[in-house]
Amino acid sequence: MLKKCALGVAAIAFAGSLAAEAVAEDSMFIPLLSYRTGPFAGSGIPVANGMYDYLAMLNERDGGVGGVKIVVEECETGYDTQKGVECYEGTKGKSPLVYNPYSTGITLQLIPKASVDKIPVLSMAYGLSAAAEGGVFPWVFNPPDTYWDGASGVIKHIGDMEGGLENLNGKKIGYIFLDAGYGREPIPLLEELATEYGFELLKYPVPGKEMQNQSSQWLNVRRDRPDYMVMWGWGAMNPTAIKEAIKIRYPMDKFIGIWWSGGDDDARAGGEGAKGYKAMNFHGVGAEYPALQDIQKLVVDAGKGHTEDGKIGEALYNRGVYNSVLMAEAIRTAQEMTGKTVIDASDMRMGLENLEITAERWKEIGLEGFAPPIKLSCGDHSGHHMMYVSQWDGEKWVPASDWFEPMTDKVQPLLQAAAAEYAEKNAPWPERTEPCAGDS
Amino acid sequence: MEFLYNLLIDPFVQMVELPDFFLQVLWEGFVSGVLYALIALGFVLIFKASGVFNFAQGIMVVFAALSLVGLYALGMPAYIALIATIAIMGILAVAVQKTIFHHLVNQPDIILLMATIGLTYFLIGFGEFVFGGDPKVMITEELGLPTGSTAFDVLGGLVILQHIDIAAAVIAIIMVTALAIFFNKTRIGRALRAVADDHQAALSVGISLDQIWIIVWFAAGIVALATGIMWGARSDVSFALEIIAFKALPVLILGGFTSIPGAIVGGLIIGIGEKIGEIYWGPLVGGGIESWLAYVIALIFLLFRPQGLFGEKIIERV
Repeated sequence: MLKKCALGVAAIAFAGSLAAEAVAEDSMFIPLLSYRTGPFAGSGIPVANGMYDYLAMLNERDGGVGGVKIVVEECETGYDTQKGVECYEGTKGKSPLVYNPYSTGITLQLIPKASVDKIPVLSMAYGLSAAAEGGVFPWVFNPPDTYWDGASGVIKHIGDMEGGLENLNGKKIGYIFLDAGYGREPIPLLEELATEYGFELLKYPVPGKEMQNQSSQWLNVRRDRPDYMVMWGWGAMNPTAIKEAIKIRYPMDKFIGIWWSGGDDDARAGGEGAKGYKAMNFHGVGAEYPALQDIQKLVVDAGKGHTEDGKIGEALYNRGVYNSVLMAEAIRTAQEMTGKTVIDASDMRMGLENLEITAERWKEIGLEGFAPPIKLSCGDHSGHHMMYVSQWDGEKWVPASDWFEPMTDKVQPLLQAAAAEYAEKNAPWPERTEPCAGDS
Repeated sequence: MEFLYNLLIDPFVQMVELPDFFLQVLWEGFVSGVLYALIALGFVLIFKASGVFNFAQGIMVVFAALSLVGLYALGMPAYIALIATIAIMGILAVAVQKTIFHHLVNQPDIILLMATIGLTYFLIGFGEFVFGGDPKVMITEELGLPTGSTAFDVLGGLVILQHIDIAAAVIAIIMVTALAIFFNKTRIGRALRAVADDHQAALSVGISLDQIWIIVWFAAGIVALATGIMWGARSDVSFALEIIAFKALPVLILGGFTSIPGAIVGGLIIGIGEKIGEIYWGPLVGGGIESWLAYVIALIFLLFRPQGLFGEKIIERV
């Protein structure tokens, strides 16, 4: 406990020293909207740690990105939409490069604001799926996949387990979800796929205040006997759902969570019974990557981060690292495109839109094999990249499938329609005026 | 017509067609009810002795559970950690009394309520500073509590009983019995009731208000610890547990704020009622009715007994 307090004080002092540097020299500012408190802290802490530590490591090892240090300032949202908006309003005057809301609810609130303020929003694999349409949402990015990609990936995997998507006809697929913007986001896509493939979609909403009291939802699952269960949970909802599934003896290999329901602590809470539980993922786990070793040496061992020993390499921690890699590489891209070392939000938007991380680049940054190549474009702010299914073996996540593509052919037309509908509902939605790369 | 059938007939048809499942629903409702009753008990203890609605009861549940797993993580054996946590709850009771309520004797109830709200936020901040916000796993097995489950073949199907749920029911019954004896049969218990009736009158006959209030806060702390262990075993130990405390509100409305049997009976009615409602009538409106159904049940009871099932009917004459 005392060690934690000391680490906390040291981390605050470190953050303070970074902020002081910001005043003293050229730097770039990135606010981290994190939640280390409240019911969602169990998921929020590892992600925030991963994000923070990677940027801190770049500052220590490389002097930042392109020789310019990154100033990171955390703002506690508690996963509360109103607090998230307050964090945005409170930091937007400090010339931030980009916002990572880490909440679909906050993202939905920031989309119209950031589009007016001209600050990019990076909602990595969460948020509004339709925001992948760069023509309508030039300031919003959701690589490497949208929720709709994730949902299509889950259904594709279930199809594989059944010997083909055509065999889903007549099956029952249960969907247990946090009854909030996040959990409701993939429902249109799931309903569309249910109609197309003939399966019945059974919905089990979990109100935010009942996250740790899910026995009713799981009693319904027991009665309805769905062939598969899909989960869109976050925070305290995940370990509770896994425990309840074990309690009703639901077959764990037929219980599949989205990537945000695949934390190590989530599955660990279920003990032996959680063995076999599956979750989607789009990056590697484990701490053996050179970049993560650098984090261990330069940040964690040096007492300059918040991360506890043994947490580096866990699924949600690595997701935070992935998020910061996207930002760092977008900054580097923008620096190359503009010739500037200190870029602004507008340059960052361009960097994100032209982001490309090849396999070689993943290797150069010390993350060889961590994730497939990433490429975004003017019209496609998500990229619909490959994903895989991971499975809890009782101690850690292991791959349970090869990398595979989402059903982009199904998702893309729906995204376009949803983006157009969003613009219509929020009329007058501003026309895109930002030129694409290569436009004169 | 179909709606009326689904509303009035179909739920009962389901109950008859799947009697084993109905039995499982009743059991789950019973277990939830017992756990709600445990939370409500913490509120009742303090309200009964001081007239204070202790808004901090929820965070006390979290604080107690986090202390237990935190001390265990520091290397203490589970039972020593349990004793140390009880001691911490004792220290908290003394600290709360000496620093807050000692100075608020005879203040209006609303001031006392506001003080407990302040205490809640202090404990949240202090707890997060000391223990961190990340969830912990409850040391269920280390405490000797049973895990696993047993399935019974009944009524043509399976009824699964979790061993931890059975333990929760047994522990709750023991605690309630002990508290009922304590309140009704001991000298301190009678003093406690005297304080609840009138602070000044109790003081005038030589009852130490400080001592009595420390005892009830300590008792509420122990109830909070038991609640935290049981809820923590079902999910995990995190600050999200605090929200669960508000499940006690409809129980208190129903059972009365001053009645220990009321907390138990109220808890069971709410627990079983909301489960049956959610499972059999919830699908009619898309599910998720549990959170507000508890209040509807409580309010329906209030129509007939405004003081709650076991609450005291107070008539003030002018």
